[in-house]
Amino acid sequence: MKITLDVNGVEKTLDLDARVTLLDALRDHMGLTGTKKGCDHGQCGACTVLVDGRRINACLSLAVMHDGDQVTTVEGLGTPEEMNTLQREFVSCDGYQCGYCTPGQIMSATGMMAEAAEGAPSHVSESLTAPADLDDAEIAERMSGNLCRCSAYPFIREAISRAHAAQTREGRE
Amino acid sequence: MKPFDYQRARDLETAAEAAQAGGRIIAGGTNLLDLMKLQVMTPERLVDITRIPGLDRIESDGPGLRIGALVRNSDLSADMRIRTGYPVLARALLAGASGQIRNKATTGGNLLQRTRCPYFYDPAMACNKREPGAGCAAIGGVSRMLAILGTSEACRAAHPSDMAVALRALEAEVETRRADGATRRLGLDALYRLPGERPDLETTLEPGEIITAVLLPAPLPGATQSYRKIRDRASYAFALVSVAAVVRMEDARIATASLAFGGIGARPWKDPEVDAMLSGQSPSAELFVRAADRLLAQAETDEGNDFKREMTRRALIAVMREATGLAPASTGTDKAEVPA
Repeated sequence: MKITLDVNGVEKTLDLDARVTLLDALRDHMGLTGTKKGCDHGQCGACTVLVDGRRINACLSLAVMHDGDQVTTVEGLGTPEEMNTLQREFVSCDGYQCGYCTPGQIMSATGMMAEAAEGAPSHVSESLTAPADLDDAEIAERMSGNLCRCSAYPFIREAISRAHAAQTREGRE
Repeated sequence: MKPFDYQRARDLETAAEAAQAGGRIIAGGTNLLDLMKLQVMTPERLVDITRIPGLDRIESDGPGLRIGALVRNSDLSADMRIRTGYPVLARALLAGASGQIRNKATTGGNLLQRTRCPYFYDPAMACNKREPGAGCAAIGGVSRMLAILGTSEACRAAHPSDMAVALRALEAEVETRRADGATRRLGLDALYRLPGERPDLETTLEPGEIITAVLLPAPLPGATQSYRKIRDRASYAFALVSVAAVVRMEDARIATASLAFGGIGARPWKDPEVDAMLSGQSPSAELFVRAADRLLAQAETDEGNDFKREMTRRALIAVMREATGLAPASTGTDKAEVPA
């Protein structure tokens, strides 16, 4: 089946079996191996990408169902020479050990910060209507779909917290 | 995954035709694709309804709200009308799954998700839900995640949804379109079957009948609403026990109480007798204990899930203490307001 995807701003036409997940389409058919396959069942979050700006598990999604959609992967955020704020903070906070979950963590955090900026509450928010304050407990809850088996969680949360603070500062300036 | 044909439905009529001919409806796919990878479900045809226009809106429905079947779980929990007028629904949604899953999972799909019974999920195990007549390996097995109410000799599976528990407490209805184009509305008690001898038949939906919306009744401003979920880890886990409550107080008495329970029932659980026992009474620990006794009178447990009795009892009491003002409200207990 022929589909077109906009991946990181580049339009791609692919001819895929209906069974191909968005994750396998990115990795095996487009060579974008930044997005990782962990559990392949939506439990670990290593495959997190943004579709039309929202974070999803690429492993629990059929590529053919995304015909015409805009996909952002970790390759679309920054480059090793020119990292974006979140990527830089992961490096400076040592927000990983083996690094396998990192692209998913970064994509999930990107989507998560956008959700919080729009005022979406979380399971641990005291008020459902007050603006979301991304403290440590909020970040932990909102990132619970991303596992890190090296358990770098404290540094991951710190990296996200610092990127969020930087973003908030930029927003005010 | 086993090979399948993929069809994108342009409207409900074509979707219904394809579904009636044996096609399996897919929307968010977060549960169905997981099950297809494990070959627990092996549909020959998938009917993608995500491009059907008009099903992804939340709109007024008289004094209540009409939530389209394709509204994402995250959009529903973030909607200001839900957060203010139906906080128990927002809380239940936020207690379920992960941020990524909620961005994909839909309202209709959440209602129709399959049990997470480990024996249903493992094709090497006997399961009457997967294969009618095969037997139930869960009986005598690891029962921590299994139901204790509404089960049968054929099936011990618990319904996994948090959202549906809140919807039962809110006495929401489901709107469907039958294969012949007629619509009907039914309560969740009428939607979900008990397993009995045929646990493979989970709902009363007919072949080709599609859930088009969830209908919320008029909100109850001033009611206290609460969702409490107890699970094996703090986030992204299914409920061992959950309680949803919608309680309206009048002159220090419980005017009305509507409770529903997750993690313990073969379907999102509600016992009208429990609600009736509480309504009109002065709140007290003694009353809540009697309500819990009534709720659990028919419970069937084994040594692996007998803890759910005490856990349910304590959760009910804790939630009712907060909802009636005997204890200060903690996170998860909110006062409903006039929807924004």
